[in-house]
Amino acid sequence: MSKLDIKSGLVEMGHGSGGRASATLIEKLFVRHFDNELLDQGNDQALFNVPAGRMVISTDGHVITPLFFPGGDIGSLSVHGTINDVAMSGATPLYLSASFILEEGFPLAELDRIVISMAKASRDAGVPVVTGDTKVVERGKGDGVFITTTGIGIVPDGINISGDLAEPGDSIIVSGSIGDHGIAILSSREGLQFSTAIESDSAALHTLVAGMVAAVPAIHCLRDPTRGGLATTLNELARQSNVGMRIQETSIPVKAEVKGACELLGLDPLYIANEGKLVCIVPSKDADQLLAVMQKHPLGQNAAIIGNVCKDAHQMVVMETAFGGNRVVDWLAGEQLPRIC
Amino acid sequence: MKYVDEFRDGDTARALARVIRAEINPERNYRLMEFCGGHTHAIFRFGIVDLMPDNIRFIHGPGCPVCVLPAGRIEAAIRLVEEEDVILCTYADLMRVPAGKKDSLQKAKARGGDIRMIYSPTDALSLARENPQREVVFFAIGFETTTPPTAAAIKIAEAEEISNFSVFCNHVETPPAMMHILTAGDAKIDGILGPSHVSTIIGSNAYADCCDKYRVPLVIAGFEPLDVIQSVLMLVRQINAGVARVENQYTRAVSETGNEKAKVLMHEVFEQRPQFEWRGLGVLPNSAVQIRSEFADFDAEKRFGMKEIATADIKGCICPAVLRGMNNPDECKLFGTACTPEDPKGACMVSSEGACAAYYSYGRYRSAEATA
Repeated sequence: MSKLDIKSGLVEMGHGSGGRASATLIEKLFVRHFDNELLDQGNDQALFNVPAGRMVISTDGHVITPLFFPGGDIGSLSVHGTINDVAMSGATPLYLSASFILEEGFPLAELDRIVISMAKASRDAGVPVVTGDTKVVERGKGDGVFITTTGIGIVPDGINISGDLAEPGDSIIVSGSIGDHGIAILSSREGLQFSTAIESDSAALHTLVAGMVAAVPAIHCLRDPTRGGLATTLNELARQSNVGMRIQETSIPVKAEVKGACELLGLDPLYIANEGKLVCIVPSKDADQLLAVMQKHPLGQNAAIIGNVCKDAHQMVVMETAFGGNRVVDWLAGEQLPRIC
Repeated sequence: MKYVDEFRDGDTARALARVIRAEINPERNYRLMEFCGGHTHAIFRFGIVDLMPDNIRFIHGPGCPVCVLPAGRIEAAIRLVEEEDVILCTYADLMRVPAGKKDSLQKAKARGGDIRMIYSPTDALSLARENPQREVVFFAIGFETTTPPTAAAIKIAEAEEISNFSVFCNHVETPPAMMHILTAGDAKIDGILGPSHVSTIIGSNAYADCCDKYRVPLVIAGFEPLDVIQSVLMLVRQINAGVARVENQYTRAVSETGNEKAKVLMHEVFEQRPQFEWRGLGVLPNSAVQIRSEFADFDAEKRFGMKEIATADIKGCICPAVLRGMNNPDECKLFGTACTPEDPKGACMVSSEGACAAYYSYGRYRSAEATA
């Protein structure tokens, strides 16, 4: 096995060729950090037993700029993002796969940092990366590194969560303050000179979800408000379930720093991305009990009931403003910010 | 948030709304045009309409620089990118504005055009310094608020002899557009909420002619919701008293004469353009500025011999009438069918703050409320 100069080496075309250089990179970097039994099988696939019941699968590509940001990096984000997509079905995530597209010339030291962070996120979550792939594209044809992760999980019996199950009268709960991720990313971008103490909320939500579905199996919908923010997620759910939503601005948790940054930049926190929050729609009779369960979890401490589902053929999301009026919370037209996840 | 929350206090708003209700004449309508997109945004974002009596109607004016930029100017910018291979620098809001033939800057970028999104004209200058072998063009748009920074960028480029930097100037002027809307005899506007940021530059005196000539009261209003409501009350009082003068609600930022330094800078670099096309209003005389011949080297139109591209009329679009308060957006044949926020045709649908786009969202809510 040849040596890998992690300290000062760069990604070369050979690292993706499938030859010896590829094997070295996989061995010395990926396998070393991800280190688990299934990956150690050393095959092009991971072999495992399948438990009885219903499975879910989800995939997510990560192309974020910058790669390192306050509160996380592309590695931890790629683990959290896919775990969350799996968990939003109420499932217990089991395994992840990871595909790396590396740009020729990318420093191996940075790749090492990313993979260490990814491995830590996966270990902390108890969801191992069991198979993967690496390709290298020529300099100028990528943007450092792109990571696609796929996750599978098992849905417990009796749980039936889907975006089309919201019913008039249901309560809408958000698990914590919104907009942290998008503002953290923005503050670390070149060209925008402002500093903030805000960190990305990037986190794996599956243990929060596990507690929620155990306490209230009747949850109707779960979704993580990532790109497009809370506003887009509520509109998606309203359309899928053919209902309307009425929310109260004063109930929605937003940190003062996020509010301030949004004010300065002319952005709206409702449309800013989150990576460690979820929206839950639940029969109103169960809402208080569920809220109490969520608030006991570290990732749900600031959970709040923000409104109700209602009958509305126009599928509108309308917010009662702190000011005392009403405002339509529409779909995001175009893009508010480029590449944030 | 200190200095923000004070201007968004719901109790004060409701108290002001009660005063307005007490003072209005129920026998008449009050059609108030807010000129700026910023006011339109505040009106919708804070739900101000819900606090107002029914006979106060807001007419959303043309004060969104993105919306009023005609397709021809965007098409010309795209040609510059594709035929002259320049780096075109633009604000992000312009990217999806429709040019002719279903094109846009976003689409041109996808085809390989080197279009960069920037946050300030100085970012364009930096790009020019970093790419001395490339031509860098700043796609300048906006009312008097954004004109001085463009002038400053040109002055810096001159001082530093940055020879690969130029400006595609599309800066427009507020008072002429306002006058034009009022000139049409059938305009139904009883009062104007005057621009806030623009007025910090040009000052409140700039609107005196407008009020005198067309006998329309104007109140310069801040962008916070309490500013808007207080300004509505001031307009109601003027209308009830039958007077028409410029009043300044936004005294914490706007003076009678404005920002003298910025005005001098603008005058030094720019001169009046004989005519300019506005999306939705047509060609208006003396309604925009162009770069003075002393700075011709920095004028992309001269540097690249850019040609005027006339915009084909959008058949059936009633933007001009909507902007004058003569028609509601839903009276347009294109509204909600051929012209939607996803595929806008007229100026008023382009930005989410445009009259038609706002009506599209809000109107659906209103009819939903009626059927609920």
